[in-house]
Amino acid sequence: MISIMPDRHRLERAAAVVFALVVWQIGAMLLGQDLLLVSPIAVAKRLSSLLAEVDFLRAVRFSFVRIVSGYLLALITGSSLAVIAGRFHLAEVIFWPFMAAIKSVPVASFIILCLIWLSSRSLSVFIAFLMVLPIVYTNMLQGIKSTDSKLLEMAGLFRVGWLKRMKYIHLPQLKPYLFSACIVSIGLSWKAGIAAEVIGIPDGSIGEKLYEAKVYLSTSDLFAWTVIIVVVSIAFEKLFLLLLQRLFARLERA
Amino acid sequence: MDIVVSDLTKSFGTNRVLDKCNATFPEHETTCLMGPSGCGKTTLLNILMGLTCPDSGTVQGVPQLKSAVFQEDRLCENFNAVANVRLVCDKSVDDSLIIKHLEDIGLKDSLRQPVSELSGGMKRRVAIVRAILAESDILFLDEPFKGLDEETKRATMQYVRDNIKGRTVILVTHNIEEARVFAAQLVTMKGKDKSNDS
Repeated sequence: MISIMPDRHRLERAAAVVFALVVWQIGAMLLGQDLLLVSPIAVAKRLSSLLAEVDFLRAVRFSFVRIVSGYLLALITGSSLAVIAGRFHLAEVIFWPFMAAIKSVPVASFIILCLIWLSSRSLSVFIAFLMVLPIVYTNMLQGIKSTDSKLLEMAGLFRVGWLKRMKYIHLPQLKPYLFSACIVSIGLSWKAGIAAEVIGIPDGSIGEKLYEAKVYLSTSDLFAWTVIIVVVSIAFEKLFLLLLQRLFARLERA
Repeated sequence: MDIVVSDLTKSFGTNRVLDKCNATFPEHETTCLMGPSGCGKTTLLNILMGLTCPDSGTVQGVPQLKSAVFQEDRLCENFNAVANVRLVCDKSVDDSLIIKHLEDIGLKDSLRQPVSELSGGMKRRVAIVRAILAESDILFLDEPFKGLDEETKRATMQYVRDNIKGRTVILVTHNIEEARVFAAQLVTMKGKDKSNDS
């Protein structure tokens, strides 16, 4: 029974995707205008031709490197700031207005402001960083605050060193908070990063391709590039979470 | 050096748990701290361990190197029994010694399971081995045999007695039999009137 359930779940999901594609195809056929709603078959054709283009890999690499850099930078910075804020209350107070502002200011405002400060080529790094930073910071700080004080007391009494405390007490308690932050923020970093590229239009980026699709009213290009963004984003999320899971498993075994 | 507690007072809000408590705990000996629930045994132990500050009074002679079995197990649930003990041991204690102690206390078949999968009694025994193997001059035992069945309790008490090795021990218990097994001096605490009744 246990081994059958995941297969059934997968089958249900696959059937739902096929159903959605059929609805989309029927909708496109009924509408009969590719400009308004391109059919999934046309998107698939455009996608296969895109994959053969020289520009394709270059654009994916350009956006991937920048968005992932911004994401990883935010992960490191957010975690470090959370550790400092967890240790020193004053730091938490000082960080609060910055994090609150980043969370509530519309991403478009940041993008336009950053276009004045930075070159359009580094815009997606900074925007992905800004969108992910408060999520990681808030989650990690919550995790640090919820660390079992009785375990810390125990570690203090037994004079356990900081490295062992980190491995045995802090990391296992932070793990669910870190995973939750990663799951929420990876997709967001891609959405915000690509939005920044569409506004900044750096040469050779996915954002530029989307912008061109808008200018030339090429709906099939728009859909094809959107599919690519979703696939790359999901692939990165799965791979990153798998690596993180393995890292924690290795730490727990060591 | 004996541990001397003088005029110790501690309140939590309006509830005065310790009121001018006086007691002496002889060095290298086992002292049994007894009394009804809520009389302040664990509070006194926490003050001796340095985990709680008294409102007034003094504590002298508590060694620097301490180890303890707390009222709760306080184990790292994701890690196995060996890892939990290794956490508090210095490098001179290798895994084979930890495994031997865990086997001696009846945990041979549960060495590599995460502690979260162990029963309450098994967790208690892991906490006891952890306290025994940590380098220390004093051992605080707060109801260490709670939740163990009679047979396991007897074997565990024997294990602790055999491994005290000259350390000062302060044992909190409700069970006079445990005091007898450890041939301990008794300190009884009676509600708000605490006395050193040796």
